[in-house]
Amino acid sequence: MTTREIFDTMDYGPAPESDAEAHAWIAAKGPAFGHYINGSFTAPGETFATKNPATGVELARITQGTADDVDSAVKAARAALPGWSGLSGHKRAKYLYALARLLQKHSRLFAVLETLDNGKPIRESRDIDVPLAQRHFYYHAGLAQLLSEELPGHAPLGVCGQIIPWNFPLLMLSWKIAPALAAGNTVVLKPAEYTSLTALLFADICAEAGLPKGVVNIVTGDGKTGEAITAHPGIAKIAFTGSTEVGRRIRQATTGQGKALTLELGGKSPYIVFDDADIDSAIEGLVDAIWFNQGQVCCAGSRLLVHESIADDFHTRLRARMDKLRIGDPLDKCIDVGAVVDPIQHATITRLVDANTEGETYRADTPLPTSGCFYPPTLISGLSPAAPLMQEEIFGPVLVSTTFRTPSEAVEIANNTRYGLAATVWTENLNLALDIGPKLAAGVVWVNATNLFDAAAGFGGVRESGFGREGGWEGLLSYLKPTAKTVQSRPIDPTPAPKHVQAPDLDRTAKMYVGGKQTRPDGGYSQPVWSTKGALLGHAGLGNRKDIRNAVEAARAATGWAKTTGHLRAQILFYVAENLSARAEEFATRIRHLTGANAKTAETEVAISIDRLFTYAAWADKFDGAAKSVPIRGVALAMNEPVGIIGAFAPDEAPLLGAISLIAPAIAMGNRIVLVPSHAAPLAATDLYQVLDTSDLPAGVVNIITGDPAELAKPLAGHMDVDAVWSFCARAPAIVIEAASASNLKRTWATDGANPDWLGADGQGKRFLRAATEVKTIWIPYGE
Amino acid sequence: MSQTVTTLTPATHLLARNPGMALDMDWVARVQANTSAIERRAATLPGRRSVKKAYQAAWLAKAITLIDLTTLAGDDTPGRVRRLCSKARNPLRPDILAALDLPPLTTGAVCVYHEMVPTAVAALQGTGIPVAAVSTGFPAGLSPFHLRVAEIRESVKAGAAEIDIVISRRHVLTGNWQALYDEMCEFRAACGEAHVKAILATGELGTLRNVARASLICMMAGADFIKTSTGKEPVNATLPVTLTMVRAIRAYHTATGIKVGYKPAGGISKAKDALVYLSMIKEELGNRWLQPDLFRFGASSLLGDIERQLEHHVTGDYSAGYRHAIG
Repeated sequence: MTTREIFDTMDYGPAPESDAEAHAWIAAKGPAFGHYINGSFTAPGETFATKNPATGVELARITQGTADDVDSAVKAARAALPGWSGLSGHKRAKYLYALARLLQKHSRLFAVLETLDNGKPIRESRDIDVPLAQRHFYYHAGLAQLLSEELPGHAPLGVCGQIIPWNFPLLMLSWKIAPALAAGNTVVLKPAEYTSLTALLFADICAEAGLPKGVVNIVTGDGKTGEAITAHPGIAKIAFTGSTEVGRRIRQATTGQGKALTLELGGKSPYIVFDDADIDSAIEGLVDAIWFNQGQVCCAGSRLLVHESIADDFHTRLRARMDKLRIGDPLDKCIDVGAVVDPIQHATITRLVDANTEGETYRADTPLPTSGCFYPPTLISGLSPAAPLMQEEIFGPVLVSTTFRTPSEAVEIANNTRYGLAATVWTENLNLALDIGPKLAAGVVWVNATNLFDAAAGFGGVRESGFGREGGWEGLLSYLKPTAKTVQSRPIDPTPAPKHVQAPDLDRTAKMYVGGKQTRPDGGYSQPVWSTKGALLGHAGLGNRKDIRNAVEAARAATGWAKTTGHLRAQILFYVAENLSARAEEFATRIRHLTGANAKTAETEVAISIDRLFTYAAWADKFDGAAKSVPIRGVALAMNEPVGIIGAFAPDEAPLLGAISLIAPAIAMGNRIVLVPSHAAPLAATDLYQVLDTSDLPAGVVNIITGDPAELAKPLAGHMDVDAVWSFCARAPAIVIEAASASNLKRTWATDGANPDWLGADGQGKRFLRAATEVKTIWIPYGE
Repeated sequence: MSQTVTTLTPATHLLARNPGMALDMDWVARVQANTSAIERRAATLPGRRSVKKAYQAAWLAKAITLIDLTTLAGDDTPGRVRRLCSKARNPLRPDILAALDLPPLTTGAVCVYHEMVPTAVAALQGTGIPVAAVSTGFPAGLSPFHLRVAEIRESVKAGAAEIDIVISRRHVLTGNWQALYDEMCEFRAACGEAHVKAILATGELGTLRNVARASLICMMAGADFIKTSTGKEPVNATLPVTLTMVRAIRAYHTATGIKVGYKPAGGISKAKDALVYLSMIKEELGNRWLQPDLFRFGASSLLGDIERQLEHHVTGDYSAGYRHAIG
């Protein structure tokens, strides 16, 4: 076009970013790449092509990592571990600082390479991905510096296997590597097979930074390589970001291996617009929510919920906005939506959308390139929660929408999902926003904004969006373990029946405790409980899976407990302690009979139980959240929210104290608990419900199911309305608990009986409080 | 005789004027403007839109035709105003124009105080370049109301085709929307055939919500243009304010079918900034608003930077200010 013609059309024209430097780097280092192991690149092995999705042209060849490759990488990482973890925090901070600086110095090369390999617009890789990656290394340089002072009593986990997705290749690498290194771990990282190049460039800058060899190892390859990492016995922790499907497979594959695990998985995040919102801004927010990175974002606001009274106007304006989106060459600086990562992903999006028969489908009226992997921005309105597309993650530029009438209905629809990653709320009413935020099942909530990220603010999900947080101190803790000693307790069998039965004066039957009522076991079986001297102390019910079901239902009905104030929960816990104290002698006697302990030991257990109740009564209103220093005008509130319903297997040892050590932190933080007490000594726990009944504890907050943990492990850990399972009982082993937990990807804490000393300080504290809470980050930009 | 590009645009001057409408306080009360969200959109736009090479040159040439070349100084004299008018008639060096293969351009208007209107009208005789007069006790707007109305009439009588009025900020700050509406209606009536631009003095309105509401009320009262600032406030045109005002224009257009113009004034002095403003208008309102009947830059030093950038485009070498005639 001539200048004169453009003068009249006022078109944008092409504004291409040069890819010459990126191609030069590929040519110089490749074009076939090996792995980066022990500080140098290996010779390429069997390779596959990595392509530019915008053109389909091959960029480079990437080595398919074998189990042997993974093994070499793990060996290198293990060898590097003592040196790296032995460095002072300051020395590790210096390396992380160097990595941050090098990311800055090579920022455009990283951005262009990312866009070439992934298809995202250069605007995003240049203005969002790369700056956030730099910020992550800066922030974690600081955490490394402060770690020993701020988190004493913690040690690195060891070698971390990290598997990252293709949607934010460099950024996810940063989210994984920076905290792992800050905490003193070494790393074997596998980038996604579609997008390995920026990880390989990162390997380059690790060398430039003089990072000790073996601290960071990059092994490329597809899912099979990931499986080799997951299975490797030399790895202490798996950190995975990707689909819920693969996350579930990793959960299953790692069961019983003693590996720490964090999963950041899929989502179908609600985007709620109330009638008093700044509508144009809320619409612009949707551009950042679902047409950012072609909608290939785990926390994409993909489910629009609009107040019915403004829905028509909102959708009309939204469609007009969609028509203004520019789709095309991702390297063009004037493009909003680039290429979908791969033809396979394009086919998946197409299949999901084409299968939909409901609502009204609108595709942006904007030109689409004739070749390359492009999908038009799409809106499917008028759906109901029952429509498959309201539930399934599409992972593409496709927004689905519905309407609501009231704030409570908005919450109900928003939470009607298996996922719980992020949520967005638009309203000019602060009361409404701050009321809704805590009610949403999500790890991250954005108020009048969307897709805000920062290294200081925790990111991660609840439900099937995974567990663990990335960013902030809470993210760092996912790469540390306490140095406290554990004691391997041996399973204690129930005392066998004596040859000569001494029947009690009066029959004593301990029932189960469900929903504040004493209930008989569903199966109609009971076990006699003998004292160590052969006296029949009474019977305890043998619980089965239906008892578990009933207990979980009762716990679900007690949802109101989560909304009580910390002050109220503190009062009740103090009161439980007071009432237990009044019956201390009786409980001590019970413990003596059940365990054969001497009087002093039994009295000590009761005394420490009362002390422990006081500890968590004290914490109930003091486990404060935080206001994070994020680089915006606004606050990011990190709120400690209860996990929900916790299933817990008490330790065999210390039958009263063990149970209280689990019940107290759980309910102090607002959770409900279904407790399976010591199988050998159940009566210490069942006696407790009389104390609870007299202490104003609402029905359903604590439920006690007696029985054989080996029988109850699977139904409790597999129950999909249970949010976390703790097992301190070797009869409910990690391998069973973790495998069953994959049903809804609940968080687990299973020790196989390697327990803290319940009588000591390690039997309580922040570790328990953290397990009983999820950090929800609520972003509230402000300004008038 | 070749036509100027401005007059090549078919839609120019065929536009129906804004007749205004009854004050709709329900609508005004519903208006929201979330400052942080608006700032984010404004901050990311320059990274989202970029024009290069011939496109950039064409856009900058377009920007010239959208400038209200302005002098609003206490020491203005007829000589100074005639010099400015001369620049308005020939804003770009002929060799640059030729290299770009563009016909002669003019600026969108010349903007002066009332006393300078006759001089400007005479100097622009036959060019088709309108003279705009700032009015109504510019810049504070605190002279007696009847004098402010009379000032409009005098300027129209003197030949001003466009009147840039200032609103009473106190009506906004005290929430007296009816008074703002009534005042604007009277100003509009006093303008007669002359087009009226309502200067909101956004830097003095406190909040973007006030900016949005004042924008809407001035349009309801019949403003042909809404304009950010006098250039005399501590903060003048900004991208967030622009986004707020153009969204109000869009809402008014959606509701009434009437297109109201927009004029950011003060603080836009770089060619690069002008391109961002144009892309914001293109994104939020569409191409139709990129014509002088619906968009103006109130600027005095912007033209010089555009001239330097265009010479750079033509020659490949960076330019110098003294190579271009002053206004």
